[in-house]
Amino acid sequence: MSAADHKWSSLALRWVRLLLLLALAGGLAYAVLSLPDQAIGLNDQVRSNMETSGVHNPVTAVLLNFRGYDTLLEMGVLLVALLGVWSLGAAAAHRRVGPGPVLSFLVDGLVPMMILMAGYLLWVGAAAPGGAFQAGSVLAAAGILLLLSSKRLPVRLMRWPLRFALVLGLGAFVAVGVTLLSVSGLFLQYPPGLAGGLILFIEAAATLSIGVTLAALFLGGRPEAGPRR
Amino acid sequence: MILQWGFDGMLAIALLLLAWRALRSPDLFTAIVLFIAFGLVMALAWVRLQAPDVALAEAAIGAGLTGALLLAALARLNDLDDNINDSHAVDAEKK
Repeated sequence: MSAADHKWSSLALRWVRLLLLLALAGGLAYAVLSLPDQAIGLNDQVRSNMETSGVHNPVTAVLLNFRGYDTLLEMGVLLVALLGVWSLGAAAAHRRVGPGPVLSFLVDGLVPMMILMAGYLLWVGAAAPGGAFQAGSVLAAAGILLLLSSKRLPVRLMRWPLRFALVLGLGAFVAVGVTLLSVSGLFLQYPPGLAGGLILFIEAAATLSIGVTLAALFLGGRPEAGPRR
Repeated sequence: MILQWGFDGMLAIALLLLAWRALRSPDLFTAIVLFIAFGLVMALAWVRLQAPDVALAEAAIGAGLTGALLLAALARLNDLDDNINDSHAVDAEKK
C-alpha cells in the first residue's frame, strides 16, 4: 500500500516538474517571440558620440569610455575573487618536476609569441575587436603554460611586485578617475583630446592585472614565498 | 542562403547536444572537456551573430581559462581524495 503511494507521489512529482518546465519554456518562447523586430537600442547614441570617445571601435568606446564604470567594477570583482581564493589557504606545495623536452621546447617558443599576441590584441582594440580582457586572457594563458611546466616566480618577485601587478589595473583606473574628478568634477569623464591616450593607459594596466590575476586563480591558493619552496 | 541556414542549424544542434552531454556526463573529466568544446562552438555562434568581440572573449575566457580552472579544480579534488586515502593507508601501517 505504502509502496504504491510512494510510486504514485513520485509520478505526480514528475508531472509537476514537467508542467513547470513547460511553463518556463512557454514563457521563454513568448519573451523571444514578443521582441520588437527592430530594437531601437543605443546604436545611434554611440555612433554620434564616437568622435569624442578617443577610439574607433564602438565596443571599446562603450566598455572603456561611455560605460567605464562597468569595466572598473569588473576589475574590482576579479580582484575580490582572487582575494577570496587566497583567503582559503596557501597554494599546494610546488612539486619540482621539470617539464619534458617537448613541453619545455613548446613553452619556450610559445610564451614570447603569446606576450606579443597580447600586446597586439591590446593595441588593436582601439580600432577592431580586441581589448584588455582578451589581451589579458592570452597573457594569463601564457602564465598558465609556465605554471604547468612547473616554472615559478623568483622569491624576490613573489610578495610586493606580484601584489603590485594585481592591483595595478584597478589602481590605474581609479587614479585616472579621481584625477579627472579633481580637475573637471566628473568621475571618468575623459576630455576628448586625451581620451585615446587615457584609454590605452588604463587598458595596458588592466591587461597586466587581468593576466596575472587569472594565472594566480589557476594556481589556486596564496603563493607562499617562504623557505619551504 | 541554404548553406548558411544549414550551418547555423548544425551549430544550434551541436550546442544543445554538447550542453546536454556536458550536464549528463557521469565522469567529471569528460564533462569538462565537453564544456570546453561547448565554449568553442559557442564562440563560432557569436561570430555568426556578428559579435566578434564576444566571440574572442568566449573563446579565450569562456572556453580556455574557465576550462583550465575547472581542470585545476578537478586535479585538486583528486589530490584531496588521494591524500585522504594515503593518510588512511599510513594510519593502517602504523597500527
